[in-house]
Amino acid sequence: MIATGSTQNAEALVRAVQGRSLWRDAWERLKRNRAAMASIALLALIALLALLAPLLSPYGFSEVNYDLITCAPPWWPAGAECIAPGHVFGTDAVGRDLFERVLYGARMSLAVGLVATLVSLLIGVAYGATAGYLGGRIDDVMMRLVDILYSLPFIFFVIILMVMFDRNLLLLFVAIGAVEWLTMARIVRGQAISLKQKEFVEAARAGGVSGGGIIFRHIIPNAVGPVVVYVTLTVPGVILTESFLSFLGLGVQEPLTSWGVLISDGANQMQSAPWMLIFPALLMAVTLFCFNFIGDGLRDALDPRDR
Amino acid sequence: MAGYTLRRLAGALPTLFIIITLTFFMMRLAPGGPFDSERRLPPEVEANIKAAYNLDKPLITQYGLYLKRLAHGDLGPSFKNKDFTVAQLIGTGLPVSLKLGLSAMSLALLIGSLLGSWAALRQNCWQDHAVMTLAMTGITIPTFVTAPLLSLVFGIYGVMVFGHEFTLPVAGWNGGALRNMILPVTVLALPQIAIVARLMRGSMIEVLRANYIRTARAKGLSAPHILFGHALRAAALPLVSYLGPATAGILTGSLIVEQIFGLPGIGRYFVLAALDRDYTMVLGVVVVYAALIILLNFIADILYAVLDPRVRLS
Repeated sequence: MIATGSTQNAEALVRAVQGRSLWRDAWERLKRNRAAMASIALLALIALLALLAPLLSPYGFSEVNYDLITCAPPWWPAGAECIAPGHVFGTDAVGRDLFERVLYGARMSLAVGLVATLVSLLIGVAYGATAGYLGGRIDDVMMRLVDILYSLPFIFFVIILMVMFDRNLLLLFVAIGAVEWLTMARIVRGQAISLKQKEFVEAARAGGVSGGGIIFRHIIPNAVGPVVVYVTLTVPGVILTESFLSFLGLGVQEPLTSWGVLISDGANQMQSAPWMLIFPALLMAVTLFCFNFIGDGLRDALDPRDR
Repeated sequence: MAGYTLRRLAGALPTLFIIITLTFFMMRLAPGGPFDSERRLPPEVEANIKAAYNLDKPLITQYGLYLKRLAHGDLGPSFKNKDFTVAQLIGTGLPVSLKLGLSAMSLALLIGSLLGSWAALRQNCWQDHAVMTLAMTGITIPTFVTAPLLSLVFGIYGVMVFGHEFTLPVAGWNGGALRNMILPVTVLALPQIAIVARLMRGSMIEVLRANYIRTARAKGLSAPHILFGHALRAAALPLVSYLGPATAGILTGSLIVEQIFGLPGIGRYFVLAALDRDYTMVLGVVVVYAALIILLNFIADILYAVLDPRVRLS
């Protein structure tokens, strides 16, 4: 009895002495945020479905079936002129399986989200950290440039780019990323300015570490918190931009598809085939909600000042 | 004040210049031109057309010519709609877009700030949570989803109002009739309402905690007097600086809304012109849009200085 009691005490003591990292703390707080946790689970499910899309349905995503043109799913509650047995979400205007197309749209949208966000992350973090760390006149000039870019109607440049270069997919990814780095640069700059006055940066400088070394080894790793939050909020923004362009017919081209393309098709047919609008719109809205909830949750978890 | 205004104006002009230059050279860098069509033109004819539009001259000369004309307010002829000048086309589209955009902006500012203040006054109550959930929805769901969904519900299925079946037109401008404007303006305003409500809530909460509000309360002023007489002006400041981004947001949204509801505004012209490589038209619309955004940013700066005595004008 006494022995176990003292072991427990010892364990408690060890636990008390063991430091808790910022990330550990943040994770504990995040776990208590039910909306964020549910969003993570849901998003993982959507990503998994998108990844496994070719295995989930006997129909190919561009497999045309002229016998089943704009047919409702078998369980559709309102009456429909034709029913497509075996097609869970119904079929589109050329008889392609909508379930498969919505999942392929998810693939495209998530891919754009990841790649373009990565591009914006790379540019924004390098730019912001450099401006903030160097300070002075260089900082003034660099941030003035960001201000000017902010006031440009950027979406128009992306549209012009897409038209000029024939809807090149890679270019689309990069162009959207290149639009989204401005806010990232501002956030990282703010962090860098406050971090560079800390003792550990001074110590590194005294130890002879070069400017680039300090930026990449000391400033950027310590600015990760706000950056992570902003990244989760950038992804839905990027997905929106891509869908916006695809909706206007300036993004992803047939037979490839994205949520923007599907919603645009659905909007044209909404009177006769509302399922073509509802399913892609719903999945897209759910995904965007998830990212926003995760972003908000992360912000609360990493920056508990408001608590 | 006059000096400050002038300096702001001087700062805005280079931005406009950069936009014009960027757009001009981006349009020309790419392969393809406005006179590429399925049927090849005879080379002499093509050369003549190009000469007529100065397309045969070196790029830098064309750029110079364009700037010179622009300084006289001439946006040039449209390459595709050959009977019209760009200024004429924009002249027909701009009033539509302006009416649409300004209505949406006013609606967003009014409803957004009301909702935001209400949420701030009831912080952490169910009213606050309801408004913030709505705002999250408004920010998350894009215009191109709300537009077809709302027209499906209100335009095609119709709603019952006091026993009458009530439907709204889902397309057409009809000279700007109120019935035709309801759906597009609502769709355009929704995301902005959400953003304004969030901004207003945040700043209102901060202002209500300030010492001078506590003093006003301690003096025994009535709640409406404190809210409208003291808190609102300070809390509205972030809204003023949001005017610029809001303009950009509404312009972007209008591309979609004009397309979906078939409205003859310049957003629609822009998309068509970009697809047709109608250089002068695209440039013209971008110039007008950029000027609008810069103008609104400028107005916002001036308003901010007027409203906030802390901004030093010297």
